[in-house]
Amino acid sequence: MGFLDIKQATKSYGSLRVLHETDVSIEEGEFLVLVGPSGCGKSTLLNMIAGLEGISSGEIAIKGKSMNGVKPADRNIAMVFQSYALYPNMTVAGNISFGMEMHGIAKPEREKRISQVADLLQISHLLDRKPGQLSGGQRQRVAMGRALVREPDVFLFDEPLSNLDAKLRVDMRTEIKKLHQKLGTTIVYVTHDQIEALTLSTRIAVMFGGYVQQLGTPKEIYDNPANMFVAGFMGSPSMNLFPAKVVSADGKPAAEVTLADGKTAAIPFASDTLSSSIGRDIILGIRPEAITDRDGADRNSRAVHIVDAPVEVTEPAGSDTFVVSQIGGKDVTGRFRADVAVKAGDVFPFAFNMEKAVAFDPKTENRIA
Amino acid sequence: MSTMSKSSSLRPARVILYLLLALFCIYYLLPLYVMVVNSLKPLAEITSGGMMALPKQWTLAPWESAWSSAQVGVEATGLRPYFLNSIIMVVPAVALSTLVGALNGYVLTKWTFRGATVLFGLLLFGCFIPFQMVLIPMARMLGLMGLAGTVPGLIFVHFVYGIGFSTLYFRNYYAAFPTELVRAAQIDGAGFFRIFWRILLPSSGPIAVVCIIWQFTNIWNDFLFGASFSDFDSQPMTVALNNLVQSSTGVKEYNVHFAGAIMAALPTLLVYIVAGRYFVRGLMAGSVKG
Repeated sequence: MGFLDIKQATKSYGSLRVLHETDVSIEEGEFLVLVGPSGCGKSTLLNMIAGLEGISSGEIAIKGKSMNGVKPADRNIAMVFQSYALYPNMTVAGNISFGMEMHGIAKPEREKRISQVADLLQISHLLDRKPGQLSGGQRQRVAMGRALVREPDVFLFDEPLSNLDAKLRVDMRTEIKKLHQKLGTTIVYVTHDQIEALTLSTRIAVMFGGYVQQLGTPKEIYDNPANMFVAGFMGSPSMNLFPAKVVSADGKPAAEVTLADGKTAAIPFASDTLSSSIGRDIILGIRPEAITDRDGADRNSRAVHIVDAPVEVTEPAGSDTFVVSQIGGKDVTGRFRADVAVKAGDVFPFAFNMEKAVAFDPKTENRIA
Repeated sequence: MSTMSKSSSLRPARVILYLLLALFCIYYLLPLYVMVVNSLKPLAEITSGGMMALPKQWTLAPWESAWSSAQVGVEATGLRPYFLNSIIMVVPAVALSTLVGALNGYVLTKWTFRGATVLFGLLLFGCFIPFQMVLIPMARMLGLMGLAGTVPGLIFVHFVYGIGFSTLYFRNYYAAFPTELVRAAQIDGAGFFRIFWRILLPSSGPIAVVCIIWQFTNIWNDFLFGASFSDFDSQPMTVALNNLVQSSTGVKEYNVHFAGAIMAALPTLLVYIVAGRYFVRGLMAGSVKG
C-alpha cells in the first residue's frame, strides 16, 4: 500500500467513460507526472484525486484512508491550477492565508507561515499587491505559495506552467524541481508537455484514451516504451517508427527496410528475441539519437550498423543537425553532429544503434521486442 | 503635425456636428427646464401664459406645499409620507432581488444540476410575463399571506418580479467568472456560502450596480402594482403623485404638480448620476461573454 493509492478508479459521464480502470500507487515523496494529449483523462484523474470530480467506481485512498465521498477541503491536499485561480479581490497575503483561515488556524500562526512561504518563494515584497498587479511568473509563485502554506499530504498541479512564456517556463520548471527536492513532498502533476514530464518526475504515467498506457520511471518510459503511442508521444523529436520485416541474416534476426532509392537493407538486431518471428512484419522504433553519423555513434554499443541511405532534408539546429531520410515510406530523423558535411541528395552512411531499437506489432501497436 | 492639419481641415464638419448635438440636447432638456422653472414660480405666472419664461418672482412655496401640505387624495399631507413609503418599499425590494439574483446566478453557473437550463429558461420567461397577467393571482396570493394593502406586500411583489432580471444579469456575469476560482476555494475549505460571500460577491461590483439601477428604476417608477396592491397608507410615490395631480378640489396648482413630479423623479436621477458610469461598463461586462 502506497501513500496515495488509486485502485480500479473509473469515471463516466452518463454512458461515456472518460477514465477506464486505473491503478496507480504513489509512495511518499514521489513526483508523479500524468502526461498525455488533451482529452486523455489526465485532468479528470487529477480532479478525482482532489475530490472536485466524483469517482464512478473504484477507490482513491490517501495514507490508507479512503477518500471516496470526502470533500476536497478534508483531503489535506493542495492544488495549483493552470490559470493560477488567485482570488482577484484579495491581496497576495490574503490569497495565501485564505485556506488557513478556512481551516481555523489562528492569526499569528497564519502570519508566521505566510512570511515563511513568502521567503521561500521570494514573494515577500508582493504580499500587499492584488493578483491583477502581478506578472505571470509572480502569479505562478503566489499560486504555489498558497498550496505550500497548507502543508498538505499531496500537492496537485494542473498544467501549472502552460500559461507562461517559453523562457519562464523552463526557469519555473527548474524551480519546481528544486522545491520538490528541498521539501520532499508528494506531488501529482498533470501536463501535456512530455519534456516537463521527463525532467520533473520520479515516475510518469502516460495516458491516452482514458487508459494509463504505461507507468514507469522517465528512463523506462523513454527507453522501453510499452506501445507505439508511448514511443511516439515521449521524446522530442519523437521516436522514428517505420515498417520493417524480420528476416534472417547469418542466422540472426534482422530488420529489413526499404530505402528511398528502392534498395533494401537488413539491419541485424542486437538480441535474438525475434529469432522465432522470421518473416513477420513489424514496426521498428528507434530514437533520433540512435541514428547518427558514423563517428557520432555510441562507442559503448556493440550493435552499431551502417546503412547507406539517401538524405532528403537536413535541419541544422545549432548543437546538432537533424538529417531526414525516407525509410519504409516514413520520414526517419537522425541526430548528427553539427559539423558533419551532409547535404540533401547525398547518399550518406547512417549509423543505427540497434541496442536502442524496439519493435512493435503493426496491428496491436504493442511492444514485441 | 499630421494630426493637427487633419483636425483643422475637419473643423467645419466638427462645428456642424456640435451644433447638431447641442440642438438635440436642448430638445431633450426642454421638458426638464419647463418642469424646473414652473415649479419655482407662483401659480399666477403660469396661468397668465408665461410657461416658458423664467420666474419673475422666484419661490420655493410650491416645493414646500408639494412636500408637506398639498391635498393628496383625501388628506392634506403632501407627498412626504408616500415618499417614505416608496423608500421603505424600494430599498428592501432592490436588496432582496439583487441578492437572490446573485445567488441564483451563482448556483446556475457554478453548481449546475440537472434541469438548470430549463429552470433558467423559466426564470427568464418570468421577465416577459406582462404585469397585468399576474394582477389577480398576485392579489389572491397577497390576501392569503395577509399582506394585502401593505408595504411588505409591495416589497414581496417587486422582489418576486425582480428575480427574473437580476438572475439573468448575474448568471451571464458569473458564466464568464473562472470556475477554477470556485474550485480553488473549495480546496481551500470554503463552503457554498463562504465562496459566494468571499469570492464571487466582492468581484461582482459592476453587475451589481447594473442590477441595482435597473431594479431601483423599475420599482420606484412602478405605478400598476402600486395602484393595485396598496391602501391609502401604503401608497408609493407614483400613485400619490397621480392622486395629487388628479385631486379635483379647487384650482389646479400646476407649480405644485411640477414640484411633486420632480420629487418623484429625483431618486432615480440621483442613482443614475452616482452609479451611471458603471451601468454601461457592467452591461458590457455581463453581455460580452454571456
